[in-house]
Amino acid sequence: MTQFWMLWPDNPALSIFVLAIVAMVFLYAARKPMHDLIRAVGALLGGPLRLAARWLIETAAEMKERNKAVLLAHGRQETGQRIEREFERLAAVVKRELQGYPALQRKLLDEITRIEEDYKKCGEVPPPPTDWVEAVTAMANVKTGGSEMVQKILEEIKTSIAKIHDKAIGEYRRSYETRHKILEGFMPFWRSVDRNMTEVNKKLGDIQESAKGVDALMAKYEAINAKTDKAEHALTVSAFTQFAIALLVMTVAAGGAFINFKLIALPMSEMVGAGDYLTASLRTSEVAALVIIFVEASMGLFLMEALRITHLFPGIATLSDHMRRRMMWIALILLVTLAGVEAALALMRDMLIADKQALLQSLATTPQPVPSDGWVGRIPTAGQMLLGFILPFALAFIAIPLESLIHSARSVGGVLLQAVVSTLALTLRVLANVARRMARVLVTLYDVLIVIPLLIERASKAGLGMRRGAIDADDSSVHPVR
Amino acid sequence: MLKRLFLVLAILIAAGCGDPRSHSQAVYVLIDTSGTYALEAAKAQLIINYLLGTLQPGDSLAVARVESRSFSEKDIVAKATFDTRPSQANAQKRAFREATDGFLKNVKQSRYTDITGGLLQGAEFLNETGAGTKTIVVFSDMQEELDKVTVRQVPMNLKRIRIVAVNVVKLNTDNIDPRRYFGRLEAWQKRVVAAGASEWRVINDLERLDSIFSRS
Repeated sequence: MTQFWMLWPDNPALSIFVLAIVAMVFLYAARKPMHDLIRAVGALLGGPLRLAARWLIETAAEMKERNKAVLLAHGRQETGQRIEREFERLAAVVKRELQGYPALQRKLLDEITRIEEDYKKCGEVPPPPTDWVEAVTAMANVKTGGSEMVQKILEEIKTSIAKIHDKAIGEYRRSYETRHKILEGFMPFWRSVDRNMTEVNKKLGDIQESAKGVDALMAKYEAINAKTDKAEHALTVSAFTQFAIALLVMTVAAGGAFINFKLIALPMSEMVGAGDYLTASLRTSEVAALVIIFVEASMGLFLMEALRITHLFPGIATLSDHMRRRMMWIALILLVTLAGVEAALALMRDMLIADKQALLQSLATTPQPVPSDGWVGRIPTAGQMLLGFILPFALAFIAIPLESLIHSARSVGGVLLQAVVSTLALTLRVLANVARRMARVLVTLYDVLIVIPLLIERASKAGLGMRRGAIDADDSSVHPVR
Repeated sequence: MLKRLFLVLAILIAAGCGDPRSHSQAVYVLIDTSGTYALEAAKAQLIINYLLGTLQPGDSLAVARVESRSFSEKDIVAKATFDTRPSQANAQKRAFREATDGFLKNVKQSRYTDITGGLLQGAEFLNETGAGTKTIVVFSDMQEELDKVTVRQVPMNLKRIRIVAVNVVKLNTDNIDPRRYFGRLEAWQKRVVAAGASEWRVINDLERLDSIFSRS
């Protein structure tokens, strides 16, 4: 039955050969329509794929533009806010550091004036030698000639001059002593001036540093406004970093929430019952514990909003200060209350576990060691209560990474989606090309299958060509060109 | 944030509304007090203790004896549906244990063994609890002996109830011819399955009770 196609069942080789010849003839006859069919199928597959790829590329380009616009707008807003804050800080620094500058300047001027006056006083030199010095010199040149009277006169003059000299020397010394004292009095003023100048220099240096920060931010802002690729790249990297950090913090917070859940899930069964199930594996008490944790997180979020640490709700941001403060107090009171409830639940958990342990111990056939009731045994209880009280406040702070996550998720998600669309476009394009090339390969393969008829065709065409060439040659010899 | 919270709550409530099945367990323990098997009764305490330690708040437990005629509420030694609050449930379990302790210390031997009557009574109790998982634990050698007056050839309704035969000890006659033992168990299996029981298990090693009562 399986060999029905064999023309000569005893001779399969001959059967195959004859069938191959027949098939070749038929395939040769159907060559052109088959080639057209294969090409058409290739085009049918490749065309829509290329069209889809083109559409995806355009979509990716559009997404890139939109992502860029969103990224730059977000960056502009963020940088603008930072510049505003820097200016506020700078203004505060200027106000704080330079508000005493007029007094300082006055003090400096006073000190400089005093120093100048003292300097002038130092410049007051003792009066020059009087004219009688020249007269004495002239007298000293007088020759005594052995005259006793002259000699006596000269000795008296000498004695007088020695007295006068001592007096003059004394005056000079006193004068220099006074000037030295004045110069010595300079020192505190010089030190004060030096100190004041150093202080001024430091303050100006601080302001200059702050101004440098503002300059850097302004440069970034200008780059964002100019929509440069560098700014876009920097903002993208920043968004990814922010996203990763926020995700990490959120994961840690989720761990905290899980611990919190474990702390209050069991005691919640004492409040809402342990026998009620919402689904096959989800107890009502567990959902109640989750709701409490979510409510705590919400209160934390509202608290952060009211404190203007986060800006997720424009409605809260636009509230009047009075209302905002009231809201902050309400959120804080609720949070403290919930924290207190959690601490109590943590204590109840410990009591329930102890009760269960006691029951199991009474049911056990073999006696088990009794845990100590000393202060060491109370440490876990105290730890649980403390955790129960602290964790709600710790959870309140997830508002900050949550805001960061939400803001950066738009940029990160946009970039990832764009990458996915681009990859899809590339894949479709490759597939379209494969379809087109495959059609060509199949056409060639088809020709390989009918290679013998094709060779015959080529040979006959070549023979016909040679005959035509010969005829043409004959014709040219009969009718030579004149 | 509040919107999300409400959405989650709505989904959870909707999921709860969409799953009206009861997730509680109800267990009815039948303790054979006939003939020599009454001596094994002390082992039943292990099973009761195990169940008291395993069952959760909201579950039900009843312990009844198998005697000459067991289709009676009077044969129920202790029964309780544990409170949904864990602390109250623990107190109930303590009281339950005291009640069964007293019974097991003073077991009176009965002349006949009416397992069928006990099963009928147990099915009635379990169906009344409305529990999601219903189990009858038969602590017996599964050798039924009835007096001439008692009629037990009645159709049983054990739908959605699993029957677990525990500590099925071999009788002297079983030791002579094990086919009697296996035949007896096979006959019970056919009978309870025909009555609609969801499962039939024989557990002679009490350590393996975990596989029956552990919650997934």
